[in-house]
Amino acid sequence: MTLTSYIFGIVSALLVLVLVIELLRRGRLRERHAIWWLVAGVLALIAGVFPDTLLWGASVLGIEVPVNLVFFASIATLVVVCLQHSAELTLVEARTRVLAERVALLELRERQTSGTTGSGETPAGS
Amino acid sequence: MSELTETLIVLPAFNEEGSVAEVVREVLEKLPGVACLVVDDGSHDGTFQRAIGAGATVARLPFNLGVGAAMRVGFRYAIENGFKNVIQIDSDGQHDPASVPEMLQQLREVDIVIAARFAGAGDYDARGPRRLAMRLLALVLSSVTHTELTDATSGFRASGPRAVAVFVDNYPAEYLGDTIESLVIASRFNLNVRQIPTVMRRRSAGTPSQNPIRSATYLGRAMIALVFALLRPKSSYGTEAEH
Repeated sequence: MTLTSYIFGIVSALLVLVLVIELLRRGRLRERHAIWWLVAGVLALIAGVFPDTLLWGASVLGIEVPVNLVFFASIATLVVVCLQHSAELTLVEARTRVLAERVALLELRERQTSGTTGSGETPAGS
Repeated sequence: MSELTETLIVLPAFNEEGSVAEVVREVLEKLPGVACLVVDDGSHDGTFQRAIGAGATVARLPFNLGVGAAMRVGFRYAIENGFKNVIQIDSDGQHDPASVPEMLQQLREVDIVIAARFAGAGDYDARGPRRLAMRLLALVLSSVTHTELTDATSGFRASGPRAVAVFVDNYPAEYLGDTIESLVIASRFNLNVRQIPTVMRRRSAGTPSQNPIRSATYLGRAMIALVFALLRPKSSYGTEAEH
C-alpha cells in the first residue's frame, strides 16, 4: 500500500462522516436514518487508519482476500439501509392513506353541514 | 323491515360513471329506507357527480387507494352515524340489491354474509387458472373460517355489528386484502361467516379479465396475500399508522 492510497482511504471515510454529521447538524437528516451511515463511516475510518484491523477481521472470519470483507460490509450496509427505507415507506404510505380516508369523511361532513342533506350539490372546485 | 334503516350500503366506485347512478337508483328503489354511501375512490371521470345526482351520499378519496381503503371509509362512516350493518355492493352493477333482505335475515345468526356466485345460483363462468385460483382460495378460506365457501373473492358481502366493530380498525387496505385477509381477520376475532347463493349479472360496463398471464399473476398475489394474512401476529391488529 502506498502512502497515497493510505491517505485516500482516510480522506474518503472522513468525507462521508463530515457529510453525514453536517446533514444531521442542519436537521436535514433524522438520526434514525443516519445511524447506519455513521456506523459505516466510522468502520471505514478505522479500517483506513489501521489497515491491520481489516487483515485481522478477515482472518478471524476466514476470508482469504481482506478486501472482500470491505465489499461484504459495504453491501450489507446498503441492504440494511434499503430495507429500513422500504419499511419507512410502508409506514408513510399507510399514514397517507389514513389521512386520505379521514379527509374523505371530513369533506363529506362539511358538505352535509353547509348544504341541507349533503346530496345534490357539487362543491366548489369540481 | 326495520333492519334496512340501520343498514348502510357502501358502493366503492373507481371510474364507474357508466353504471354508478343506475346502481344507486336500484339500491334506493329496491331497499326503501336504506342509506347509500358511494365512496368515490379517486375517480377521474364523472363518478362523483353521477352518484350525487342519483341521490347517494358520496365520500370522495383524494386519490385512488383501492377497495379496501374505500370500505374503511364506509365502516368509519357507519360507526360515526350509528349504522349497525354494512353491506358492500360493487358499483359496476353485477350485484343484485334484491339479495340484501336475505343477507340481513342471515345477519341475525352470523356476523358476515357473503353472497357468492358458485353457490348454486346464476350462470357466472370463470375458466382456466382463474377458476383454479378461486377454487384453491375458497378451499383454504373455508377451513380458516370453519364454513363452506365456494367463492371467497365475492365483493358482495354484509357485515353485522360485531364485524363492523372489528373492521373499522382492522380492515385491510392491501391489494386483495378486502376479500382474502378480511376473512382471515374475521376468523381471528371469532366472527361467524356464512355464504348464501346469489345471481351475478353481466357487468353493465367493463369486462372481466380472462387473460391467462393475468390470471396466473392474480393467483400468485392471492397466495402471497393469503400466506401473510395467516402469518400475521394478532398483536399487530389495530396498531396501524393511526395509533
